[in-house]
Formats: sequence, structure tokens, C-alpha cells
Amino acid sequence: MAKTILDFEKPIVELEDKLNEMRKMSDGLNIDSEIKLIEEKVKNLKEDIYKNLTRWQRVQLARHPDRPYTLDYIYMITENFTELHGDRYFKDDKAIVGGLAKIGNHKVMIIGHQKGRDTKSNVYRNFGMPNPEGYRKALRLMKMAEKFHIPVVTMLDTPGAFPGLEAEERGQAEAIARNLFEMSKLKVPILVIIIGEGASGGALGIGVGDRILMLENCWYSVISPESCSSILWRSWEYKEQAAEALKLTAPDLLPLKVIDRIVPEPLGGAHKNHSEMGEVLKNVIIEELNTLSKIKADKLVQSRIDKFSAIGEVVE
Amino acid sequence: MSWFKRKKENIVTEDSDRSHDLPDGLWEKCPSCDEIMHKKQLETNLWTCVKCSFHFRIGSEQYIKILLDEDSFKEIDKKMRSADPLKFEDTKKYSDRINATIKKTGLYDAIKTGTGKLNSKPVAFGCMDFGFIGGSMGSVVGEKISRLIDKACKNNLPLILISQSGGARMMEGALSLMQMAKTSAKLTNLAAKSLPYISIVTDPTTGGTTASYAMLGDLIIAEPKALIGFAGPRVIKQTIGRDLPEGFQKSEFLVEKGFVDFISHRKELKNNINNVLSILT
Repeated sequence: MAKTILDFEKPIVELEDKLNEMRKMSDGLNIDSEIKLIEEKVKNLKEDIYKNLTRWQRVQLARHPDRPYTLDYIYMITENFTELHGDRYFKDDKAIVGGLAKIGNHKVMIIGHQKGRDTKSNVYRNFGMPNPEGYRKALRLMKMAEKFHIPVVTMLDTPGAFPGLEAEERGQAEAIARNLFEMSKLKVPILVIIIGEGASGGALGIGVGDRILMLENCWYSVISPESCSSILWRSWEYKEQAAEALKLTAPDLLPLKVIDRIVPEPLGGAHKNHSEMGEVLKNVIIEELNTLSKIKADKLVQSRIDKFSAIGEVVE
Repeated sequence: MSWFKRKKENIVTEDSDRSHDLPDGLWEKCPSCDEIMHKKQLETNLWTCVKCSFHFRIGSEQYIKILLDEDSFKEIDKKMRSADPLKFEDTKKYSDRINATIKKTGLYDAIKTGTGKLNSKPVAFGCMDFGFIGGSMGSVVGEKISRLIDKACKNNLPLILISQSGGARMMEGALSLMQMAKTSAKLTNLAAKSLPYISIVTDPTTGGTTASYAMLGDLIIAEPKALIGFAGPRVIKQTIGRDLPEGFQKSEFLVEKGFVDFISHRKELKNNINNVLSILT
């Protein structure tokens, strides 16, 4: 499969291609010093580009089609995963997956948005855009976790809740609202990790928790830069400006207390090295669950409510 | 022409909703049936059409008059206003937008909150204003509702919230989004104390407002023919690539689908709330 290369990655790829070519030719030729020079150049260029990503570039990385998705993480970092299906009311939503698993020594209920990798699987997964039954499935699994005193881990990666006719008929708004309410008072730890796109209510619908983690190259906001551009600028052309204005990246959201921790990604993004990303995330999850599992349920719920109550800035 | 009978476009777009707003002048024309009424007549009829019962969009001042006993409303956090935490700027600065809207509307943000009496019963009361940046929810709306719920919990008051909102406010980014979680989390405190929460949804209530407190009432009462939904009709139409059925996302549709308890004419609203509260409290 052809790799997707983002615009700003092109200079790196070009240089890397040149490097590979030179390596192939280097037999019998004395060009080691030149190769070294280019290696150095690639390294510097990478650091230069990836350390100075614009907000829109991070949005592109968050949407990178080679990025690990929820099920990739589940296969990489959990054991004994049993996927559970259905909301018990209507059907099984493929845009949200979930099930029982073990991460290190922790039993968990792990739930996340699921995108597809190609057209066929994207249609199957509805591009990671849940319908109400997805949120209701998630809630059913969380209630089960509560019953059996198992912590919940959620992974957020959605372009939004599905804006369809049937979704409205079945109460998309009610399903999300219900989850916000119930997750606020769930009597087990909830660890939330934004692994890709955190688009508005569709993401938040499984995003209320005790600790909110965000991978380095993700976005999380009330609206996508494109939609924001179309509403406020009345044109789709201002997505870069909208991304800047929305302050939707992890470094923006940490001081605003919307998130609690940034999880570093491999240089160039999570898609560059799945296993390294998985390893880092696994250790972070275990570390977080070690702390959360020591807190008593009542205190946990109270501090969760207090945590969200404190978000926002006003002038009096 | 009535916006229900449009031939070309079967759905009502946000822009055309402007016709709901109360126009200036002495005489008003009903956008639904074209009946011409004197402003006084309209006011006596609680801003509903004398002929076809079309509900004009009204603001918090009017709802306070309609629902609460005379002079009983005591506003809290009146002057709380947006801090523009993101220093947001699109075609103009958010801070300028805020200042201009305050000047234009005399409101400080998109909700008024306080305590009052409904048929002598003390209640915690909040009402949104669509006239303030589309009734959008940012930090101020979230914080005011949050404090109102605290007050209701502290003084054992039932909560009444009237929603009228385009959703979460873009200009405060993720902070607006978090107000959905914040208000919902606070409502769990109210529920834990068995205090009733009556959510009244009016035209229009969409987006993050619907997907949080508006849909979390013990009772959800809608005004007739109000647009209530998560995604706006225009977005849905774009997504599915066909016209939406008539009456889609209107109050009557939501009752039919099971998401609203009942529809109340504005004239019956106070009485209906009173009846429910007399049993729940």
C-alpha cells in the first residue's frame, strides 16, 4: 500500500530517498562522508519540521491514515481482549468498539472510537462517526465495569458524532447527554486518552473521566477547523486560521486544564512507529491506573465533578 | 411567505430563522400565517399568534414575566462576562463581538440565572437568550448554570432551565465543549438530592446545548414547532444528500420519537410546570 505523505513531510521524504539512493551506489565509491552529511541534514530537517508544527499540521497528523486506531492499541497493549457488542436496544455500532481486557496487571473495560483504514472498512466503521447506539453501547459497558469494579479506559478518535437522519430520530443528543451525566458519577476510575481526532460532542460522549490524556499530535475542540471556517469565515478556505484560532492542540489545552497530560509520540508522529507508540502508551496507562485504582470511589466521583466544574474562564 | 411552505428548499436554514425574532415597530406580521397584529395584542397573547398560535421567539426578560410571580426574580451573577480565554479572532475579534453584543442587547451573555417564585413556590431559574451570539454556550453560560445548580442544591430548590441555543460557542473552543461536561456533572448533584429539574426547550435548541443539560431534565417540555436536535438541518441535509421530511426535528417529531415529555403552549407553561412541581416536591 502506498504510504500517505503529508505536504510538510515531503522535503524529508525527498531527502531520505536521496540518501537511500546514495547508500545503494556507495559500493566501491568513497562517498561515506557525503552520506553522513545528508544523514545529518535529514535529522536536522526532521527536528526543525516536527518541533515547529503548526496547529493545522497537527490536525493533519491526527488524521493520518496510517495512525494507530483503537483496535491497533488494543491488540498492541492488552491481553485477553474480549470484544463486546451491541447496546441491547437497537444494534451494534461499529464506530465504537469495546470490551474486557488486561493491561499489565490491570483488568479494564476498554472502549474507543474506531475508524477504518480503507474505503471498505471506513464504510463499515462509518468513518468513526458513532450513532446513538454507539454511545449507548459504551454506556452499557461502563455500567458493567462499575458493577464488577473494573476501571474504564476510553480512546477518543472521531471526526464527530454522525449527523444523519436516523441518528437524530434515535436521539443523538440524548445519547451523548446521558453519557456525560452517567460518566460524571461512575463509581470506577475512568482514564480518557485522545489518540487522534477529538471532534466536539462526538468525542466528549465517551470523554468524561478522572484523567484526560492526549497524544502529542491530536486535536480536541468544539468544532473541526473546516466547519469553523465555513461558519465564521463563510468559506472552507480558512481552515489553517481556524485551527490557529481554536487552540486545539495538546500544548494549548494543557494550561486550559482541558487535558491533564501529554503523551509524547515518536518523532514524526504515532504513524511512524506503531510499536514504539504502543509501548509508551501502555506504560503511561499502567502508571495512571496504578494511581487511580488507589482512590476510593466516593472521592473519585467527587473530584471528577469538581475537576470539570473548574473548567472555563470568566470575568466578574 | 410562510417558511413552512417554501417550495424550493424543504428545510429551514439557520439564516431564515431570523424571521422568528421580534421585529421593531407597532405592528407585527405572523411569519407563519401572515396575520397582522398590534404589538400590545401580541404581548397580551404572550408573543404567540392570535390566529395560528405561532410562537414568536422571545428572550429571558419575557420568559421571566410569563413564568415567575411578579417581581420575584432575583438575578445572580448578572455581570459575569466572557474572558475571551483563547484571544479568539476570525473576521473580527471575539472580544469586540462580545462588547458589541452587550451594547446591542443589554445582556452580558446568553443566559440569565437567578431565583424566583412560581405560583409562590421558590425555584432556581435560568433562561437563555438566542439574541446573544446565537444563544451559544461558552464559559459564562456553563459557569452560571453550574452556580445555579449549586444554589438549587444548597437551598433545596427545583431547577427550571429554558434552552434556546445554537450550541457550544466556537470562540471558546474546547472550553465551550467542556461546559457540556461541567453542567451535566453538576446535574448529578441535583439528582442525588432528589430535586426536580424541568428542562424547557424552545426554538431553536441544537448542538452542545441539546447534547447536555437540555436533554437531561427529569421532564422535558417543548414549545410547539420548536427546532430541537443535535446536528442542524443544513448539515444533515448535506450528509444524506436529500431533503428532510417535513416537521423533522420539530417538537412534535421529538415527542413522537420519545425524547420530549409533552408540548406546551406558552400560555399553559406556567400552569403545567406548577402541576408537575406540586407532585414532585
